[in-house]
Amino acid sequence: MSIEINNLSKKFKNTLAVKNLNFKIEKGKIIGLLGPNGCGKSTTIGMMLGLIKPTAGSVLINQKNIENESNRTKLLEKMNFISPYIELPKKLSVEENLKVYARLYGVKNFKEKINDLMKQLNLYDLRSRQTGELSSGQKNRVSLAKALVNNPEILLLDEPTASLDPDVGDYIRGIIEDYASNQNATILLASHNMDEVERLCSEVMMMKNGEIIDRGKSSDLISKHGRKNLEEVFLKIVRE
Amino acid sequence: MKFHRMIALSLRHLYLIKGSLPRILDLIYWPTIQIILWGFISKFFTMHSDYYNHTVGIILSAAILYDFLFRSSISFNMLFLEEIWSRNFTNLFVSPLKVSEIITALTFTALLRTLIGIVPAIILASPLFGVSLFDLGSALFFLLLSLYFFGITLGLFVTSGLLRYGPAFENIAWSSLFLLAPLGCIYYPLSILPDWLQVLAKMLPLVYIFEEVRSILVNNVVDYSNIITALQLNMVYFVAGIVLFYFAFYGARKKGTLINVGE
Repeated sequence: MSIEINNLSKKFKNTLAVKNLNFKIEKGKIIGLLGPNGCGKSTTIGMMLGLIKPTAGSVLINQKNIENESNRTKLLEKMNFISPYIELPKKLSVEENLKVYARLYGVKNFKEKINDLMKQLNLYDLRSRQTGELSSGQKNRVSLAKALVNNPEILLLDEPTASLDPDVGDYIRGIIEDYASNQNATILLASHNMDEVERLCSEVMMMKNGEIIDRGKSSDLISKHGRKNLEEVFLKIVRE
Repeated sequence: MKFHRMIALSLRHLYLIKGSLPRILDLIYWPTIQIILWGFISKFFTMHSDYYNHTVGIILSAAILYDFLFRSSISFNMLFLEEIWSRNFTNLFVSPLKVSEIITALTFTALLRTLIGIVPAIILASPLFGVSLFDLGSALFFLLLSLYFFGITLGLFVTSGLLRYGPAFENIAWSSLFLLAPLGCIYYPLSILPDWLQVLAKMLPLVYIFEEVRSILVNNVVDYSNIITALQLNMVYFVAGIVLFYFAFYGARKKGTLINVGE
């Protein structure tokens, strides 16, 4: 599935949070979305999921406008989302949470799918534990399992490794990398972790004050801005 | 509407209830205490009031029915609040779940939650106070149906507020029914209210439901016009509740509040 954003804007009262965005993500690509806090990344992702109504412009997923209610339901069956700002019900066990979401997404043979995911993400031994009792790294793996439960063709990841130790972060990045290459999934990764973006993304979009101000391969952006790495490019763009 | 999505949402709440004995006890505790308290009050009035002296437990029957209404409304609100408290709200809205499926699933799950709480209290009322709701006869079904829909309708109004204003609206969720209780004429006849309040009270289905309960228990007369009026009013408010919920949902999408709703 491809993503096409056309003249997308969002105004909250007097604040223009997203200004006339235009970009396209082709099927099977992993694109990074970088930008300082409050630059409009989450608002953009919210509009891509149909959670936030754009003030102007359109989000086309596989040429279909997600604003259309019947499109939205069908498209969301093939999409999923992770954010550190949302959680799964804490009092439900890992397995119960996954069962609920597998049913919500209409996953066939969901018991088998859940078992596979729990084994793949090292959650099998934790399956009966309440999600709220888990460590943040374990919770993050459960959220990732929820995000993969419907085999999404589009995955929107908002800081998927935020607040994780380097080992768990690296593990999660490995899972995302494997999933993208095995399923040919389209992924938008919003992150503040520059190494993560360099490792996973074929291209990077730099966002500032609600606008995409640069886009390209990490290596191209580094040489274009005359810096040593992506972090320095980020800092240069943010401070300009 | 897809059945599997509604089942999933119901299942999420049933897992929550199933996995917690304190939660089940909490559901049963308040209705039982309420019924015992009103049972003794009812017994006292039965012995000392001319109005109630030939009808055992009229107040208790009204108390049970009011509690049924209260539990259904609170159950609907609670199911919604659970999503906010657990910060699971956004996960649901990025799934293919439709608004109509949310309303339907919560309506039926709230019924189950209500019954868990109220059935033990109803069963207790018979051996403890000799009062059975079944004395209301076949009209009982329509009275419960009416009360249930009014409870759900109030739930829809409150959850619309939660969608629109976020968790700050939570206090209204708890107090909404107390606001309407004086006008509902639950424990006293409509004629007790001043004329101008009677006009307002007649706009609520509660008045017709509880007038009917008294009519059946005091006079042994079933007045179906009361039941029909209550159901008609309920239908109007229920549709209004659904419309308001949709407006709140689209309003929240416009304001961008669906993405990070939580405490």
